[in-house]
Amino acid sequence: MAEASYPSDLKYHPEHDWARVDGDVATCGITWYAQEQLGEVVFFDPPEVGATVTKDEPYAEVESVKAVSDVIAPLSGEIVEVNDALGSAPEAINDDPYGEGWMVRIRLSDPSEADGLMDADAYQGSLD
Amino acid sequence: MAAGTDTLKRTPLHDRHVAAGARLVPFAGWEMPVQYAGIRQEHLAVRERAGIFDVSHMGQIETAGPGAEALLQRLLSNDVSRVPEGGAQYALLCREDGGVLDDLFTYRLGPDRFLTVTNASNHARDLAWFQQHGHDHDATVMDRIQDFAMLAVQGPEARALVQDLADGELPARFRTAVRSVAGAPDVLVCGTGYTGEDGVELLVPPGHAAAVWDALCAAGAEPAGLGARDTLRIEACYHLYGNDLSEDRGPVEAGLGWCCKEDTGFIGSEAVRRARDAGPAEKLVPFALTGPGIARQGNPVVGGGVVTSGTLSPSLGYGVGLAYLPAERTAAGTPIEIDVRGKPRAAEVRKRPLYSKEP
Repeated sequence: MAEASYPSDLKYHPEHDWARVDGDVATCGITWYAQEQLGEVVFFDPPEVGATVTKDEPYAEVESVKAVSDVIAPLSGEIVEVNDALGSAPEAINDDPYGEGWMVRIRLSDPSEADGLMDADAYQGSLD
Repeated sequence: MAAGTDTLKRTPLHDRHVAAGARLVPFAGWEMPVQYAGIRQEHLAVRERAGIFDVSHMGQIETAGPGAEALLQRLLSNDVSRVPEGGAQYALLCREDGGVLDDLFTYRLGPDRFLTVTNASNHARDLAWFQQHGHDHDATVMDRIQDFAMLAVQGPEARALVQDLADGELPARFRTAVRSVAGAPDVLVCGTGYTGEDGVELLVPPGHAAAVWDALCAAGAEPAGLGARDTLRIEACYHLYGNDLSEDRGPVEAGLGWCCKEDTGFIGSEAVRRARDAGPAEKLVPFALTGPGIARQGNPVVGGGVVTSGTLSPSLGYGVGLAYLPAERTAAGTPIEIDVRGKPRAAEVRKRPLYSKEP
């Protein structure tokens, strides 16, 4: 994905994760900035469905050719779905980080946590 | 190496890297391009066509004089007397106890004149080691790091690209010759590389480096960074000092007994002889993951051993690397399990190289 983008309907975590909150379920992934820093993603190691994740803690690993990085949970809850397509096509994380590159869906244990995340403008400001 | 980027050394090609959109990182005191378009693309360009690497961070030491050969015979593990004028030879620099100080190529430029290429992180130590032992010989040891930019042009089309810009036939593999390349005079062209592909390395007067780089890029060589250099050399199973070689391990363990000629009496030869006679307890071998995951440097091998280099292989599409394993578990095909950040990952010992074009 050549151009930086930060959709305004998403919430952002300072560790470069996004969340699309819909009721008590959030879809999560890493931001354009994160995938750009990482370079070509070659492996995504997902959590198990049913696993508990905690805001600000790592829940998965994403690897480029040269490096491995933790993926940080932007919100707390239980993993209800993982993007299995990333197993054979991890490059979707680079090509479409907010669409096909989504990583997990989390059933939120405390939806009000989302109020503490940044909006797109604040997140973009934090990158400068 | 906590140096800030403002204290890092820059190669004569720094502006070219910035203009090409390279990601620059600190490496052994230098600010070096780790990637341009992407490691995978650069890697495949070298495997399929030609890539060009700026490796000007590597150092050079010239040893000259009537005692130069004798000095190098004492310092280097290989038999320097067998290198003809215009020839090249790989060797190790060892301590008395056999611990490896560096791995290096030496070129014989004249009957009594040699140029040795050092790893950036070891250059100062190597130079001091050469100078310290040079006192016992009728030889001069000179630091030549300021006198050369170094470009590696590698890939199946690399030779032809350089040949078209050179004023004479390029030297064959493991040979070296002075040529004019792209208008730059006095380029030392070396038939060596670190990718497992054909190609040459060019030692260029620094003031001419940008012109040579520009001409080769215009001719179709794709800029490639240290990231691709590493994945290429892992597939080819070439050692990287600091990963697969260190002072704590000897040449025989590292699988480099072939470049140690103990009868020359080099520093460390007695230790190497003992290790060879006794057989090493551990050996460095290539491995490949047989399931998901990518092993990295430092990952322990279950039951003993450690990964010293690991990456995803862009050519093969799965995780590969080099690991020290207990000698009894180093036969090709032996299944192993690697502890990748707490997760056991299935792998097997492979033959070297991990990748080659031949079926």
